Amino acid sequence: MKVIAALFSIVLGVVLLVAANDLPIWGDPESPVSVHLSSYFIEHSVEQTSVPNFVTAVLADYRGYDTMFETAVIFCAGITVMTILRRSHRLRKKNVPPRPVREGQDIIICSAARLIVPMMQLFALYVLAHGHHSPGGGFQGGVIFGASFILLALAYDLKTVLSRLKEKTMMLVSGLGVLVYAGIGVLCLFLGGNFLDYSRLASILQVTEIEARSHGILGVEVGVALTVTCIMLSLYADLASGGEMDEGL
Amino acid sequence: MEVNSWVLWQFDVLILLMVLVCAVVALQLRDLVASAISFGAYSFFMCLLWTLMLAVDVAFTEAAVGAGVSTVLFLGTALHIRRRAKD
Repeated sequence: MKVIAALFSIVLGVVLLVAANDLPIWGDPESPVSVHLSSYFIEHSVEQTSVPNFVTAVLADYRGYDTMFETAVIFCAGITVMTILRRSHRLRKKNVPPRPVREGQDIIICSAARLIVPMMQLFALYVLAHGHHSPGGGFQGGVIFGASFILLALAYDLKTVLSRLKEKTMMLVSGLGVLVYAGIGVLCLFLGGNFLDYSRLASILQVTEIEARSHGILGVEVGVALTVTCIMLSLYADLASGGEMDEGL
Repeated sequence: MEVNSWVLWQFDVLILLMVLVCAVVALQLRDLVASAISFGAYSFFMCLLWTLMLAVDVAFTEAAVGAGVSTVLFLGTALHIRRRAKD
């Protein structure tokens, strides 16, 4: 069986490598992407959206519809893990393997975590808010924000974190994130534009249409960050406690 | 653009080799916890590779999700199932 698997992997690898030969080489100025697409975004994205980071502009504005459903996919993943793993004490089966016992809290780890967590959360907010100008955005910011809660759960206990951020709140906020994203899209619809056409928000925000696109991007990024933060923590809580939400690793 | 200068070319090959080594080690290790850590190292070297290709946004995501959160998720799962794989 192992030989067949190895053979299959090798054949697949060779096919992929041969196919990769047809791709344009990295950074080729003559490739179709460089000739038609990239030049358009490099030349027009700043004047159309006033966002210096093209990647953010493309992700949240030009391809905003894709990003909305990516957020929805993350939300669905979190819901799925919860549906499969979450169980209450009553349903606990007798034959679960014994979990490693936690022997109290380590003062060094706890103190370090208390120092690091506020920094992480501040950095996450910076990454979220500064995604227009530097690498980052809602997704990365949300992951870092969620990771700060996970660090807290690793250093202390899952209960400590879940007493501060209730499971119910977590799931509500993760749904709210998708709703914020889609809501901004629908708001644009009501203001007479296309779905996710942020330039229509100008009348509400009292700014020019170009700046409104920049603000609209920030709005949807906040939605993405809310969803990602809560889903990351709920994934960790479900996986690390075996779906019982009582204690972590 | 003179990004691929002589020094960076050497780095490229070194990091690519480390990616391969980490991937193979992650597959071959029987200890699932060690395997998860090796997979985290794999993600970190992928992150460096993205940075060398100037895809900084992708590198950032790889560092946060691949090397950070998913390693913790793997660890959390590995401690709940039998720690050593059968084959």
